[in-house]
Amino acid sequence: MSINQIASKYAYKSTVNQELTDYNSTFSPITTSIDNLSPLISIPPINQPTDFLRAHTDDETNPDCSIKIAHGTTTLAFRFKGGIIVAVDSRATAGNWIASQTVKKVIEINPMLLGTMAGGAADCQYWETWLGTQCRLHELRNKERITVAAASKILSNLVYNYKGMGLSMGTMVCGCTPKEGPTIYYVDSDGTRLKGDIFCVGSGQTFAYGVLDSNYKWDLTVDEALYLGKRSILAAAHRDAYSGGSINLYHITEEGWNYHGNYDVGPLFWEIKEKEGSFNNVKG
Amino acid sequence: MDIILGIRLKESTLFATSKAFTRGISVLKATDDKTIDLNTHNMMAYTGESGDTTQFAEHIKANVQLFGLREGYDMESSEIASFVRNQLATSLRSRKPYQVQVLIGGANNEGEGFLSMIDYLGTRCDLPYAAHGYAAFYTMSLLDHHYKDDISLDDGLRLLKLCEEELTKRMPMDFKGLNVKIVDKEGIRTIDF
Repeated sequence: MSINQIASKYAYKSTVNQELTDYNSTFSPITTSIDNLSPLISIPPINQPTDFLRAHTDDETNPDCSIKIAHGTTTLAFRFKGGIIVAVDSRATAGNWIASQTVKKVIEINPMLLGTMAGGAADCQYWETWLGTQCRLHELRNKERITVAAASKILSNLVYNYKGMGLSMGTMVCGCTPKEGPTIYYVDSDGTRLKGDIFCVGSGQTFAYGVLDSNYKWDLTVDEALYLGKRSILAAAHRDAYSGGSINLYHITEEGWNYHGNYDVGPLFWEIKEKEGSFNNVKG
Repeated sequence: MDIILGIRLKESTLFATSKAFTRGISVLKATDDKTIDLNTHNMMAYTGESGDTTQFAEHIKANVQLFGLREGYDMESSEIASFVRNQLATSLRSRKPYQVQVLIGGANNEGEGFLSMIDYLGTRCDLPYAAHGYAAFYTMSLLDHHYKDDISLDDGLRLLKLCEEELTKRMPMDFKGLNVKIVDKEGIRTIDF
């Protein structure tokens, strides 16, 4: 017996391929293989993909790293009497470089669900659109719209599968269903999933919390709430170097989400400073 | 910095967990519950790596529930502790171990309290009172001093109050109060504390 025969005899064989061949020969009109059943993700041809990724993306330990992932952000979402307000900034930074001032950080998963984006832009964008397809499949299978709890759990289970492999996302899944009412779930890349009334995520979160917490009331009117969301992001854009650009505002009710405009931080700052008599550290 | 405390009493077991959920320098939630009901008479309090904690807790709960459905009777506290220890020990030898510390407690068929602490290495210890994390440094001496075998629920709650006072006084961070749960032969219930 040649060495190759011995090797092939004792080599590990998955039964999956055999099962698929059997399936093909008996039922399937088209060829099925494990490859077109599951999504494929290319990984670099090296021993430790996670170490490789860290070595080339970690700005902290290696400022000369070749890939800089877009990071800084301020995003917020809060629940109140009139539904949910979602407000975000629009700056993307890669290291100290401002990569863009016009990023869409609210991802419209479907007409009822919104996701926010903090951390890796690509990770959030890809996996939240993927979440959109999963939600649609749920709808088709169950003839019922997915709950925010279920949608956020699909996402949190997914990111948990990739834990420790370099995913970076901090997101809020927001929506309104007849079962739950207006609901916000915070999901991040280490697998945390939290339900709550007020969340701020990103490098400017502390500045946004400061304004939001001190002015928040459950009984806010829709206009007051929209203003508070806008004002909290402005506070963060002012103090956090990694947040800025413009502000995107959304309002969620039982009928779905509504876009309430884009506000450039530049003019908005002077407008609000004059109107409120605030930001007195800045002389205009 | 999470506080996870457990006290075994004559006919029940007491659990106290901190309500703050902290991420970096922000408290993201002030009403967090770090416990999970495994079946009618057993519960688990947990702390550790975020993400791992809830995934592990839900895994354990699902298996304990499955056992109940398959066998037609519920798992007992000590059996659950053995199962959890085994799961953690198996996980430790895997590519990505669960980094979770737990307290398991309940009331057994005779209505006696039970308490067991297990860490991510799979070390199990059945104890009259136990704590994970920094809380242990403040409360163990108190409990060593005041705990007696077979104390009543009221005395247990008084003891817990003593621990809470010490923790609020000396812990450097606000942990937003304690979630207190009791397990006895009546089942599991949350109490205002």
